[in-house]
Amino acid sequence: MNAIILSVIIGVVMMFCSVFVPNKNSYRHIASIGLVLLLAGNIAEMHGFSLFHINTKGMLSYDNFGLFFNTIAIASTLIYVLLSGRDIQKIGTYVAEYFVLIFFVLCGIAILSSYNNLLMLFLGIEILSIPLYILTGSDKRNMMSNEAALKYLLMGSFSTGLMLMGIALIYGATGSFNIEVIHAASPQQGANGMSELSVSFLEIMGMLLLMVSIGFKVSAAPFHFWTPDVYDGAPAVITSFMATIVKVAGFIAFIKLFDARMLGTSVETNKLIGVDWKLLFAIIIICTLLVGNVTAVFQQSVKRMLAYSSIAQAGFMLFALFSMNDVAKEGILVYSVAYSLATIGIFAILVKMKDFTFEGYNGLGKTQPVLAFTNTIFLLSLAGIPLTAGFFAKFFMLESAIKTGTYLWLVIAAVVFAAISVYYYFRVIQAMYFKAGDAAVVEAPTMSFKIGLLLLAAIIIYFGIFPQALLSWFYF
Amino acid sequence: MIALFLILIPLFAGLVAVFVNSGKGAKGWSLIASFATLALAILSVYSTNHNQLFFNGAWLPQMGSNFSLSLDGMSKMLALLNAIALPIIIISTYRNDYKNPGRFYSLMLLMQAGMMGVFLASDSLLFYFFWELALVPAYFLCSMWGGERRIPVTFKFFVYTFLGSLLMLIGILYLYFKTPGAHSFALQAFYDLKLTQAEQNFGFWMFFIAFAIKMPIFPFHTWQPDTYEQSTTAVTMMLSAIMVKMGIYAVIRWCVPVFPLAVAKFDGLVVVLSVIGIIYASLIAIRQDDMKRLIAYSSIAHIGLMSAAIFAGKEAGLQGVMIQMFNHGIVVLGLWIVADAIEQQFGTRKFSQLGGLAQKAPDLAILFVVMAFANISLPLTNSFVGEFLMLNGLFQYNWIAAAVAIVSIILAAAYTLSMVQKIFYGQTSELTMQARDSAASVNVALAVLVVLILFFGVYPQPMIELTSDTVKTLLAQVKTF
Repeated sequence: MNAIILSVIIGVVMMFCSVFVPNKNSYRHIASIGLVLLLAGNIAEMHGFSLFHINTKGMLSYDNFGLFFNTIAIASTLIYVLLSGRDIQKIGTYVAEYFVLIFFVLCGIAILSSYNNLLMLFLGIEILSIPLYILTGSDKRNMMSNEAALKYLLMGSFSTGLMLMGIALIYGATGSFNIEVIHAASPQQGANGMSELSVSFLEIMGMLLLMVSIGFKVSAAPFHFWTPDVYDGAPAVITSFMATIVKVAGFIAFIKLFDARMLGTSVETNKLIGVDWKLLFAIIIICTLLVGNVTAVFQQSVKRMLAYSSIAQAGFMLFALFSMNDVAKEGILVYSVAYSLATIGIFAILVKMKDFTFEGYNGLGKTQPVLAFTNTIFLLSLAGIPLTAGFFAKFFMLESAIKTGTYLWLVIAAVVFAAISVYYYFRVIQAMYFKAGDAAVVEAPTMSFKIGLLLLAAIIIYFGIFPQALLSWFYF
Repeated sequence: MIALFLILIPLFAGLVAVFVNSGKGAKGWSLIASFATLALAILSVYSTNHNQLFFNGAWLPQMGSNFSLSLDGMSKMLALLNAIALPIIIISTYRNDYKNPGRFYSLMLLMQAGMMGVFLASDSLLFYFFWELALVPAYFLCSMWGGERRIPVTFKFFVYTFLGSLLMLIGILYLYFKTPGAHSFALQAFYDLKLTQAEQNFGFWMFFIAFAIKMPIFPFHTWQPDTYEQSTTAVTMMLSAIMVKMGIYAVIRWCVPVFPLAVAKFDGLVVVLSVIGIIYASLIAIRQDDMKRLIAYSSIAHIGLMSAAIFAGKEAGLQGVMIQMFNHGIVVLGLWIVADAIEQQFGTRKFSQLGGLAQKAPDLAILFVVMAFANISLPLTNSFVGEFLMLNGLFQYNWIAAAVAIVSIILAAAYTLSMVQKIFYGQTSELTMQARDSAASVNVALAVLVVLILFFGVYPQPMIELTSDTVKTLLAQVKTF
């Protein structure tokens, strides 16, 4: 509860700052302080200290998983603002508003990590999405940015419509919005005296629509078509935020929905009429990995490559939904940290580059050794090389899938795609170190930016050696 | 603690070397560090103290993985090879200048640390870590220094081996969930598994493909000649003297004892592939005009014989593989050193542009001929003992396979002697007219190798005694099924 309310309060405070604080440079400092407060509030709640006591009638519920994810999201945002705060300022004239919108997105994330009711899921997704539509179009004079925002808005509204339809169908079948109730409802208790099978059909249709709609948010294939255009069109700093923290939050919502389902009886009834959710997720995983990895290979722009890479990474994160066991839940937390931190770092460096193509990176190892070195660590982490957090991220995903004991072909296919992913990540490394050129940066990076990058790289390596350090927080 | 320091010394020396800017400083520093590692490795060979040879630290206790290292006969021998190779490489290439010397020597030391870890790890997750950590410095070494086509060629090498490693990771996790109780990644836990035939078949292929790519055996070898040719020779030495031994070592340690039923099922296939590889690589080697490519193919042929001998599964053959891992490392080091000396002097490795060098460079010629004899496995050289034992084992397994494999010795003579002939005899070319004899540093490195070759050729007993414990435990482990 702390995170939801505090993020809104801080957001509103920042809004007034834009009127009363004339110095534009101070906004990012105010935002950082706000994020620290938010983080402190959330950690306090993890230790059982809640500032607000509001009876939500069971619409929200707080558990370690959600709260810990909140911490991850807020901490990642803090790192993001510290590293890229200057670049957020440069997007346009209304500097404070960008930070305000980021706080509102965090509010949506806090709802998504604690919802217990489909209405709250819907609210969370909307509170998360609407600020993003605005942020995507925040570079007003850039046609690409406008196009991206419009595309995102139209497609996003459509997926919202699907979600509402799904919620309606589930309500019709079970008579409740509460995710624990709807999944637990045994078919005999179906509303209006409907037969067992027809209840199950309605429920499956509803869940499928929800899956499509959230699959859209996390850019799982075949619902990914908006991703490259939106990520490419939006200002690079905003893409960084969308591709990391926001995307991972979508996964948390996804997992909460299907986690509750695993406990219920509906999985068994689904099997009776021949619907196998594992198979469904397996197909989505294969599609997502295929589209993300194979298309990323052919990109010429690093920014667009990262858009496809984020689809490919989503394919790996979907393994958590496929296997849905304890390892998967731990794994998705490790994955969200590893993926978010590395991607934030890569984007922070990308924003500094003059030229976003692969050639633009030629010779960066000579001109900016610190940037090149840290970028290498981030890329190695995304590729899943040991000693980086990205290795354990992939490791836990594979582990969770192998633990289910079925679908070994899926795991083998996934590692083949992981090997393909090395191609496009290493292309950047090759450009930076092995090719001649003088990669130009927009402005010389400051000392604090370099130190920030080095610290981020150190964190990634630390979690790459001791992933338990991260998970011990989960079981605090 | 020896086990731990064998990894820590090159690791820290490597991390320090990055910050050394001068070429001399970097060389000197890495030479000192590599001698320290060598001293430790020699100490470990004579040590029987349990505390020195084993190390066990907590790493990821909740997941059942420990930082556990152990040194048995085979590990001692390969650690020794790894420790001998680096100083010899540094000495023999002492006169070469590399751009960014600090980075170069740092990556060499890190690679040595990674490979040392592979030979020592007795926990599968730790083993996987080191397996990959040896690869990453190799990738940067091969891509930053070397021939024109180095970037795509090294990339192929990396993706190939990375794919293999990931399959092995699946295999490791698969076995992990088969271990009873709170799951464990420990090697001993894998040895204690009683898997069914079907489970073993799956696990076997997941592991074996990774190792087959690394060794490499036919048809997974295509990355190897290109990578050897394109990398700087100092790096090629690391790759072919030590890194390919990782594959053979891993088959003996992680594959054969864990999946004996699957090995019994697929041994025929692997032996046939290996024998095809031997003949195929030897025939290609005969046609090569480039010295490095010739040695690369000759290396594939020798590795093929080792792989065949492992899967033949006879005691004599396995014993032969053990000592041949060491011997092949020594011999191939010598060949590369000569290749590098020639390339540094003439700027070419093409036989068609060389010739008549024996008159101008008699020292190099004498030393090289010893290496060449060892490459053909002539008696009195160390390779003879190893190859004889391996062929003996293969013969007990299947005489036809052995007969075909023996042809490879004739083919080896054909390509090795013609290489000697084309470089050192015949007419001097324009290039070799002004040839100088090899530098003292090269001669020292080669002389050390020649001593080792002759010593272990005449008296292989210490090597056999060192590794016989591994062979015995291996055979005992396989028999429990």
